[in-house]
Amino acid sequence: MKHDNWNGFISGAWQDSIDVRDFIQTNYKPYCGSADFLALATPRTNKLMQKLNALFKEERAKGGVLDVDTETVSSLTAYKPGYLDKENEIIVGLQTSAPLKRGVNPFGGMRMVKQSCEAYGYTLSKKVQEEFKFRTTHNDGVYRAYSDEMRLARKCHVITGLPDAYGRGRIIGDYRRVALYGVDRLIEQKKKDKAEIAKNTFDAENTRLTEELFQQITFLNYLKEMALSYGYDISKPAKDTKEAVQWTYFAYLGAIKEQNGAAMSLGRVSTFFDIYIERDFALGILDEQGAQEILDDFVMKLRMARHLRTPEYNELFGGDPMWITEAVGGMGEDGRTLVTKSSFRMLNTLYTLGSSPEPNLTVLWSNALPTEFKKFCAKISIDTDSIQYENDDLMRPIYGDDYAIACCVSAMKVGKQMQFFGARCNLGKLLLIAINGGFDTTSGIHIGPQMQPLDLQVLDYDTVKNRFDIYLEWLCNLYVNTMNVIHYMHDKYAYEKTQMALHDTDVERFMAFGIAGLSVVTDSFSAIKHAKVSPVKDEKGFIIDFNTVGSFPKYGNDDDRVDLIAKDLAHQVITELRKTKTYRNAMHTLSVLTITSNVTYGKHTGATPDGRPAFAPFAPGANPMHNREENGALASLNSVAKISYLDCRDGISNTFSIVPDALGKDDVQRRDNLVSILDGYFGKKAHHLNVNVMNRETLIKAYENPEDYPNLTIRVSGYAVNFNKLSKEQQKEVISRTFHQSV
Amino acid sequence: MTNKSVVGKIHSFQSLGTVDGPGVRFVVFFSGCNLRCACCHNPDTWNLNDGQNFFASEIVERVIKYKEYFGKDGGITISGGEPLLQAEFATEIFRLCKEQNINTCLDTSGSIFNDDVKKLLQVTDRVLLDVKYTDEQKYREFATCNLSPVLKFLDYLQEKNIPTTLRQVIIPTINDDKDNVIELKKIAHSHSVVDKIELLPFRKICQVKYDKLNIPFKFGALPEPTTELMQKLNGILEND
Repeated sequence: MKHDNWNGFISGAWQDSIDVRDFIQTNYKPYCGSADFLALATPRTNKLMQKLNALFKEERAKGGVLDVDTETVSSLTAYKPGYLDKENEIIVGLQTSAPLKRGVNPFGGMRMVKQSCEAYGYTLSKKVQEEFKFRTTHNDGVYRAYSDEMRLARKCHVITGLPDAYGRGRIIGDYRRVALYGVDRLIEQKKKDKAEIAKNTFDAENTRLTEELFQQITFLNYLKEMALSYGYDISKPAKDTKEAVQWTYFAYLGAIKEQNGAAMSLGRVSTFFDIYIERDFALGILDEQGAQEILDDFVMKLRMARHLRTPEYNELFGGDPMWITEAVGGMGEDGRTLVTKSSFRMLNTLYTLGSSPEPNLTVLWSNALPTEFKKFCAKISIDTDSIQYENDDLMRPIYGDDYAIACCVSAMKVGKQMQFFGARCNLGKLLLIAINGGFDTTSGIHIGPQMQPLDLQVLDYDTVKNRFDIYLEWLCNLYVNTMNVIHYMHDKYAYEKTQMALHDTDVERFMAFGIAGLSVVTDSFSAIKHAKVSPVKDEKGFIIDFNTVGSFPKYGNDDDRVDLIAKDLAHQVITELRKTKTYRNAMHTLSVLTITSNVTYGKHTGATPDGRPAFAPFAPGANPMHNREENGALASLNSVAKISYLDCRDGISNTFSIVPDALGKDDVQRRDNLVSILDGYFGKKAHHLNVNVMNRETLIKAYENPEDYPNLTIRVSGYAVNFNKLSKEQQKEVISRTFHQSV
Repeated sequence: MTNKSVVGKIHSFQSLGTVDGPGVRFVVFFSGCNLRCACCHNPDTWNLNDGQNFFASEIVERVIKYKEYFGKDGGITISGGEPLLQAEFATEIFRLCKEQNINTCLDTSGSIFNDDVKKLLQVTDRVLLDVKYTDEQKYREFATCNLSPVLKFLDYLQEKNIPTTLRQVIIPTINDDKDNVIELKKIAHSHSVVDKIELLPFRKICQVKYDKLNIPFKFGALPEPTTELMQKLNGILEND
């Protein structure tokens, strides 16, 4: 097949089937040079960004929400076109009719939408409430099917953060397809797929899939209609860079108008765009400044994406992140780097537009990445704290070279794999429930197998471990079943029509489980094994505290005696989860990731045998507990690197904070040493690293005088946040967290 | 072949060292020091017997776990305390490291010089030589020993052609004068093995260590040098 808008591209298999990877591999131009070619922001860009910064300021002043359209249910064609600055914008399209104005999306659940409106001084209109009176939301469905035990597990927070009241997210549409093929071609393919399925038996799965395809096609038509309202016909392939970026953005915009998923990631677009930029360069219709300007405008749009959330949600996640994750860099399966000049340009937006948590720029790190690119990334980390790193050498053999990251650390092949997001269970709490024979002392709820609390003067490892195993088996079964209910209902009542239309019809599914409190439970087991832990009981005979005497090896010091406890725990959890069948035969995966919710998880968890006081925060993600590291930063990294990615295919998050002086004496040394650290950590087969290079004093100042630091960005478990959007409690926790300093 | 019998006293480990030698380094702090410098920031390393016993091979097993981080410049640094007090132990560690292609760096005052030290220098890739004072009298007063052995040590480094970084802690009112820096430069210029001079600002963050050990911090009352002072002195180093 041929199209005039493809002139100048090298032809290949991508023309005959939907295959963006083949298009990239056939046409892209690897770049191994330095960052010297990059352009600065143009006056136009600066002016627009000033306008946007003023809106951000106004939004903050209004308590975090600038405006809400309470009259309209969010969808692709529900709003009239909106602009930041119609005359000067290069890339257009807003979620609603005005910048930063939030829409309402009750498909996930009505109660949460009502509460969100009320929390910010708005009332959801009668009109929307009427419209949904006779409609089942995802949340309604879930609660019809939840068992009593599932409700209890949720109530006592042993399983928590479940996507049962809003969109599940973590699905990445292959938004590039719209630019490369145009929507008509995609519709044509989906119609063919639908006809193909009709040749089979209409069992439950095929009938469901057929209906889904019908919805996908409908929404692809809505997408065209939405773009047309902005004056663009996206039925045909994009003809130049500006159109390619615009078409891709429209596809993403359609997705976030339709869905308010927890994480709405972008995918891997930079090197794809680079092919269009190079073609336009060759034609002489674009220069470097123009290319940067288009990407700047696109990124500005991404920074404006918003969903309406409740304050409780914001407390859990530290602000109201979108996780618009863009994966940059990595290597190709043929050994060529996937770094292009546009990988640099995308990262350069942190300079042209200033640092920002969104989009969540994620560098796919390989030992074989071009040296100049490594140095540029390290420099940006030191300057902005706004990028995260994930191990391409670990993921590429599993996902190939056209995967992206959903949310923080969830890898998936773009347009070929999706996941059912499942938040996480609290292992710290589970240990206490096990010790107390099925009683949660913090909530007063009896849950799980009922037995006597452990009756021991001093805890012994085998007894506690046996108990824990029994409860873990129980919890994992309950957890999988809870997720099955949630995702059955989400597919039924809030199916992602736009995003799934931008996937292959025959999609591979993951079911992503998570654990919180890994370091707490690991150190607790180590304390029980190596020190003397005596339980303290209340008057009813329940264990509410522990006296821990003597020293014990602590996770974070590169000591196998304790690190292997962590590794084995992760292995045990995924092994238990796999015993229960998943909805739609999804593959079980596991993450060690808490985002900022480690503070909240700690709040719901009593004292633990490792000496952590009741209600104190957990360490984030797979991080060792604060102030337990004795051998410096690399020892801590080595401990985390021991957790196997094959056990934790949904990611192992680690946040690394270091003061500049501990990284080297001058800028060049710091940059080069950071490159060495990243090479070393990922050479150890570790999965993910957030890098913060900053002084504790800066954070304390920002804590005390937030107005002086409106754009201070820091990396927390798996993503970046604006420090000011964290709660005071989370800010304190971040400050108290280990800052690596040299002796 | 591993010599299991070489044992030494260790104060602590720092897995991420970026200021004691080039690149990313695993720093091993030895216990025991022959000097009692008034500016010392590691008084907790003074007493040899406070250290923990380790076999040289155990140390190297630890270091190997960080090899991936070393890149082309990094490696192991032995610091202290004074490594030369346990030269045989340090030699065995470096020898084993060199078998693993790990770059070796020695952070020392150079105030001990004997046959064991000569053996150690055979397996040393770089020396960080802390010339505490360029003035004989100050050296004796504030570092409790003579300057001459240090200069002999440096002559030997020159003879053996071992790349050397000269270091000095800049302490206001004691050695923060132009003449001292010029003198340091002279020493460097007369030894071609010296390819770098590092002036380190005196820091008092170690006061807590002194308090804990209940010993007086002799320079505790002196101010820390300002950034401007350090810039000025570094400027003298750079300009001829």
